[in-house]
Amino acid sequence: MRWRLCGAALAGVGLLALAGAAVLAAEENGEKPYTVVDGKVDQHTYNGWRRYTESCLRCHGPDGAGSSYAPDLTESLKHIDEDQFKEVVVNGRVNVNAAADQVMPPFGEVEDVMYYLDDIYAYLKARADGMLDRGRPARIGQQ
Amino acid sequence: MKPRGYLLVAAAIVMPMSGALANDELLKLEKDPNQWVMPTGNYANERYSELKQITAQNVQNLHPVWSFSTGVLRGHEGAPLVIGDVMYVHTPFPNNVFALDLNNNGRIIWKYEPRQDPSVIPVMCCDTVNRGLAYGDGKIILDQADATVVALDAKTGKEVWKATNGDPKKGETMTSAPMIVKDKVIVGISGGEFGVQGRVTAYELKDGKRAWIAYSVGPDDQILFDSKTTSMGKPVGANSSTSTWQGDQWKIGGGATWGWYSYDPQLNLVYYGSGNPSTWNPVQRPGDNKWSMTIFARSPDTGVAKWVYQMTPHDEWDYDGINEMILADIPVKGKETKALVHFDRNGFGYTLNRETGELLVAEKYDPKVNWATHVDMATGRPEVVKEYSTQAGGEDHNTQQICPAALGTKDQQPAAFSPVTKLFYVPTNHVCMDYEPFKVSYTAGQPYVGATLSMYPPKGDTNLGNFIAWDAGNGKIVWSDPEPFSVWSGALATAGGVVFYGTLEGYLKAVDAQSGKELYRYKTPSGIIGNVMTYEHGGKQYIAVLSGVGGWAGIGMAAGLTKDTDGLGAVGAYKSLANYTQLGGVLTVFALP
Repeated sequence: MRWRLCGAALAGVGLLALAGAAVLAAEENGEKPYTVVDGKVDQHTYNGWRRYTESCLRCHGPDGAGSSYAPDLTESLKHIDEDQFKEVVVNGRVNVNAAADQVMPPFGEVEDVMYYLDDIYAYLKARADGMLDRGRPARIGQQ
Repeated sequence: MKPRGYLLVAAAIVMPMSGALANDELLKLEKDPNQWVMPTGNYANERYSELKQITAQNVQNLHPVWSFSTGVLRGHEGAPLVIGDVMYVHTPFPNNVFALDLNNNGRIIWKYEPRQDPSVIPVMCCDTVNRGLAYGDGKIILDQADATVVALDAKTGKEVWKATNGDPKKGETMTSAPMIVKDKVIVGISGGEFGVQGRVTAYELKDGKRAWIAYSVGPDDQILFDSKTTSMGKPVGANSSTSTWQGDQWKIGGGATWGWYSYDPQLNLVYYGSGNPSTWNPVQRPGDNKWSMTIFARSPDTGVAKWVYQMTPHDEWDYDGINEMILADIPVKGKETKALVHFDRNGFGYTLNRETGELLVAEKYDPKVNWATHVDMATGRPEVVKEYSTQAGGEDHNTQQICPAALGTKDQQPAAFSPVTKLFYVPTNHVCMDYEPFKVSYTAGQPYVGATLSMYPPKGDTNLGNFIAWDAGNGKIVWSDPEPFSVWSGALATAGGVVFYGTLEGYLKAVDAQSGKELYRYKTPSGIIGNVMTYEHGGKQYIAVLSGVGGWAGIGMAAGLTKDTDGLGAVGAYKSLANYTQLGGVLTVFALP
């Protein structure tokens, strides 16, 4: 389901805006995309960390902390919203000029990213909000 | 009559050798200490120079005499070449090449700038590094990021030929340095994190036509094994690779060949290692996954394998086997031996008979290595410790405190060997990890990893690296200098009794070859992940190194490996590398006053 929604969002900006509006409304109501209790996270946020490690770490560094050639996402997510984040993940971004050769690939057709995009966002947002420390997050209800 | 007969004989001698001219030229040039004609120093990968103006007594007077900005910010691995009066400098993506005139203060004679699709950048595993150029027969060979092999006229920088060695859309890229052997250019391929089918390819030096291709994994006619190919002294038999994979997994089975190549002209064998099997999740690929994580000895003429040795069967930790194979004639347990010495990512220093592939020594070169107790010398297999087996832990289980980390006790940064001290000088990582495998699906050109990693120094330690001297005949550490960060720079040994290496904070360091005592340090503009080299010009010895932090070392180390509050008693070690150095590629050249 979520995969199909993301696929549709890629094709139709309207849908993406719709989905985004729903999330925005949720955030305005004070709802966060993650749950953190005593430093422990819900299963979605935990999975976000795992999927982040799979598909993003090689460039953006452990725990979203950035590398010598890709931005610190715990900083980036203070400045862009969920829609913008997802737009970049789906479509990629190219910044190649005399001073930079940074390329974010489009992940719009990559199952292991698209299926879990909400989870990845939840994890990184928790990091950016300062709600979650570095390292492997502990899960609520598990040791 | 007589002169004609003489001419005929001469022709008969010259004819079969004509194809081997580049080899003869390089065999001669590699012995000239004034030049640095291949990235590895010589075919044996010694990274040793006979030059001895700079000695343990006077090295404290060393100082930078000129420098050159490459104009590129990414990680700078490898080292420049010096052929005659010209220095050839390479850069990370976009893989520019500069020919610098040593007679004219490094004036740029020519610059080559390839046009590459930038979409290759994110499919390179760990930064857009490049490990250097090859020279032979008046040509400079460059392995571009987009898997194009280019031959340039060494005098003009004009393209002579181009060959397509892979498809970046499938995650196939190039980072390693080519090596010219006889009339062939030997090149590898990167992409172990993208499920490529690893391979080595030979191109004709004269026109770039493909001569042979030898895969790391697959059917016998693809891996170029025959009935005489052995492992641990015995023929491996038919289907030695495919029988160790489930179904068709070998087709995306990895075994990339992104490291260094060496060559023994007497035995006529090329040596190199293969990388990790894909994916990093061991549960998804039952079997030994041959011939990933393997040392190969192949004929440069046909590509056929004479012997192989798999160091880490069924890898569970990403211990690529691609580090350099140093060919040294040394006493091994008292017996003079044609040895091959290899410091593997898995933390074992291996000494083999390079003629037969017989395993002679396998010992830990970092005492903290814990994933295996030892290597069984009869079978060649490591005795894996269950507690640190990510296969035994299974999917979605976080296996903790594994040493070394996926970076390995050493990565590609090459060690040096001094025939004078008979010691190996090894830049190492001192890092452990937690590793949690999980199920992933394969999409061409997308990461195919399937494990999470957290890295930190071993319990109780604060240093993330060591620079060590190693006795390969007995498998023992002779001395060990702790370093705050991983040593990610290739070493250089010299007849002057001085050994050089760089550090991630940016120091070029000189240490005493006998004792390891530090004799000199100078802070270059950025962290050093390049390899130190030396040459002589106008009667003066120079030391040169590329600085420009990045690569695997730039991942995480730029932000610090992990949080300060992990309670590992090593808070000092987590200080971020970003507090010490910034990006930027610069070549710095040193000399005595």
